[in-house]
Amino acid sequence: MDANETLDPLTIAERWMDDGRMVALATVVETWGSAPRPVGSHLVIDGEGNFHGSVSGGCVEGAVIGEAMEVITDGEPRMLEFGVADETAWRVGLSCGGRIRVYVERVG
Amino acid sequence: MDPFLLRKLNTERAARHAVIHLTDLGDGRDRVIREGDPVAGPLGEAIAAAFRSGKSGLVEAEARQFFLNVHLPPARIVIIGAVHISQALAKMAEIAGFDVTIIDPRTAFATEERFAGIDLVADWPEDALKTRPLDAYTALVAVTHDPKIDDVPLSQALTAGCFYVGALGSRKTHAKRVERLTALGHSEADIAKISAPIGLDIGAASPAEIAVAILADTVAHLRRRSLRGAAP
Repeated sequence: MDANETLDPLTIAERWMDDGRMVALATVVETWGSAPRPVGSHLVIDGEGNFHGSVSGGCVEGAVIGEAMEVITDGEPRMLEFGVADETAWRVGLSCGGRIRVYVERVG
Repeated sequence: MDPFLLRKLNTERAARHAVIHLTDLGDGRDRVIREGDPVAGPLGEAIAAAFRSGKSGLVEAEARQFFLNVHLPPARIVIIGAVHISQALAKMAEIAGFDVTIIDPRTAFATEERFAGIDLVADWPEDALKTRPLDAYTALVAVTHDPKIDDVPLSQALTAGCFYVGALGSRKTHAKRVERLTALGHSEADIAKISAPIGLDIGAASPAEIAVAILADTVAHLRRRSLRGAAP
């Protein structure tokens, strides 16, 4: 299906890489409770903050994109955690009450 | 992530191969493992289990933490017969997230006008399936009830281990079909995997209702199979 192929984050990551853009990949690696996106879901981010895909229902993407910009700069992968019990929850928490861990790495 | 690996991962996915992207969360090193590639020890066991279940997740092995992202090919439905049922089924199946292909050598049926936007092949199934063969992640739905068109793909579907094989036709039609498939060398157990009469028994009457029954049956086979953890 063309529509799905063009929205596939890994396909987009490769295309952006070929265009010479800096790319970071965020992946949901663990979930607890009612998490909006399953383990393995991807968000792909470029050096200018453009993004495709999702790691939540739009709740924490802003924070992940911010971290991804730093990952692109320093090349060091990071593990992020979001949830209602977390301090950051008040700012960018998951309204569904779940918790997620997101691994962010640079491509290349 | 290694750029070379990203390319490899996308190539494997495009070729409908089951792969796992394995990342060592300690040092960030990663690799792509194809189903069947030998991996020793507890990590190898976890990888084999992940291929069976299709579930991604964290694994502790050799005092390290790994993330296994499992990429199984998207489920596909190959419909033999560009008939009235197929017009409804193709649209519904795409909404449900399946890749859909319709094959029918009868050019009067297989027209762009009747199947706008659908992957439609106006050719004999044995020729059409040469370029894109059936596999374990494909459902085969045969709805022409013409043996000349249906039999070859049904036989190939049983051999390929398609997760769903359905064939339209009355019990009498199916009894004759069973005889022909037996003559082709298929076992009774294999032939019994064919859903016939096709679809869930919901009393479907119209072509669109029959499409609902077929799609529901296909989803049931896809999801129950992965719950059982059966190897593809």
